Amino acid sequence: MAVKKHRSKRLNRSLGGDLVLFFFLALFGLFSAWPLIFIVNNAFKPLNEILLFPPRLLVRNPTLNNYRDLISLMSNSWVPFSRYVFNTLYITLLGTVGSVFISSLAAFPLAKFRFPGSTIMSKMIVYSLMFSAAVTGIPSYLVISRLGLLDSYGAILLPTFGTTLGLYLMQNFIVQIPDALIESAKMDGASDLKIYWTIVMPLARPAWLTLVILQFQALWGATGGTYIYSEKLKPLSYALSQIVEGGVARTGVAAAVSLFMLIVPLTVFVISQSNVIETMATSGIKE
Amino acid sequence: MVSGASDLGPRGKLQRLWREMRHNKMKYLMVAPFMTAFFLFVFLPVFSSILLSLTNFNMLQMPQFIGAQNYINLLLHDAIFLIAIRNTLLIAFITGPLSYLLCFILAWLINELKRPLRVFLTVVFYAPSISGNAFLIWRLIFSSDLYGYANSTLVNWGFIQEPLLWLQDPKYIIWIVILVQIWLSLGVSFLSFIAGLQNVDRTLYEAGAIDGVRNRWQELWHITLPSMKPQLLFGAVIQITASFSVGDVSMQLAGFPSVSYAGRTVITHLMDYGTIRFEMGYASSIATLLFLTMIFANLVIQKLIRRVGQ
Repeated sequence: MAVKKHRSKRLNRSLGGDLVLFFFLALFGLFSAWPLIFIVNNAFKPLNEILLFPPRLLVRNPTLNNYRDLISLMSNSWVPFSRYVFNTLYITLLGTVGSVFISSLAAFPLAKFRFPGSTIMSKMIVYSLMFSAAVTGIPSYLVISRLGLLDSYGAILLPTFGTTLGLYLMQNFIVQIPDALIESAKMDGASDLKIYWTIVMPLARPAWLTLVILQFQALWGATGGTYIYSEKLKPLSYALSQIVEGGVARTGVAAAVSLFMLIVPLTVFVISQSNVIETMATSGIKE
Repeated sequence: MVSGASDLGPRGKLQRLWREMRHNKMKYLMVAPFMTAFFLFVFLPVFSSILLSLTNFNMLQMPQFIGAQNYINLLLHDAIFLIAIRNTLLIAFITGPLSYLLCFILAWLINELKRPLRVFLTVVFYAPSISGNAFLIWRLIFSSDLYGYANSTLVNWGFIQEPLLWLQDPKYIIWIVILVQIWLSLGVSFLSFIAGLQNVDRTLYEAGAIDGVRNRWQELWHITLPSMKPQLLFGAVIQITASFSVGDVSMQLAGFPSVSYAGRTVITHLMDYGTIRFEMGYASSIATLLFLTMIFANLVIQKLIRRVGQ
């Protein structure tokens, strides 16, 4: 399933078609990139350039003032700022590792074996892709509060472990691992758990790396919203969003924050994008 | 012990099932942690939404069964809900198909490029969807004074005389929400399409050229699209689900509540009753309707896509 690196010249191409299509590509590329360029430039603009009239897209005299202001704002926050950083690291790390482990552990038997209930479980997972978590937000809140998870890390972590998109992608990737490999390990007397750990996980590396990225993105941006109300348990994204709310004078700092929040998950994606693409090749819904 | 499979009574069947389940003990243990989380945070919320939608429930007293009353109020007596439905359908009917087509067309175009450029463009297109709150930059772009990028550009070019109140004027709010939603929409399905295109069997193209496929459009319809039908189905599910659940973008850009409810969607209506008024029964009926709509739209579109290339 390796992604082909070299592509031969394709047949059936006309110059006119090429021009039209690449014009479209350039146009939409600008639409996508323009606000991002705006964010990058604003983050390095001094205040007088941010509030310049008429507004200019590109920065003239780049400065790190916005970041200096951000750091000084951080140092007089309600709880030590390192606490927010710790919360985010803790939630992101535990949530990502836990979710990858739990999803892959379930994905292997569901992908490779038939046992009573396996078909209905797989069906439920596909159906659950068809609606968003926003629909179930309110009863989820009730469940979380009943379980006594309100105002704890668990309120963010445990629902993450039940995310179906990641499981679905893993399951589809594992299906295409040759049955012969699993059968022969079985002949040698390996248990399901052992096969999972020694055969499936190494081969499904692109899939769980994809899952790492998806969960990392979700958890990195999680603010805790209505679930977490103790200041000392709030994550970084919440603290930064509070700094941004400070009004016009904070416009520069806000841009610095936006760039920071964007650059971290983007970097993670750039590093691992070839694995993601390889996994997505198996993402399709079978007929 | 039971000798033959043919003369199994209901008891024997149960016994056999039990044996089979015990035989697969390890598999159940492996599935259990995920299924527990799934049950608690996906299945149970959906199930209890449906039940609570038939009650009057304010979180303090016990839920009180009132039958279909919530649905009757919602559909017949809630004028704002009708605005929410109209907005949600408008957003879904525009952003759903448009974002789906964009995901595909852009993936298709990128696929013909050389590797460094292809990776670069993949990142550029995908970046907005992982950017968390970065879409708030649009608040600056559509700011209502002359410092807003949109206003100052349009005034400079002479299209308008004075700044427009983009995010306060009901005429524009919904269109800006749609625009930003499209900007955000090249996500997982876009990646799925790129991957699908890269894995179409190359020999099919050569065979097609011999069989008389003359241009790229015929090639697209007769070879490419049928080869990546599974990805097309997956992408449709993701885009449909996203296009019906627009809420946060509207709340952040247009405010909550927005001017004349111009940015009100079913999700923001749900948030209003669920997190501000604490009318949980009513909120649950909104959630149930939206849930059914999403599933229905998905099943219909799946049927349609299965016909591609036939």
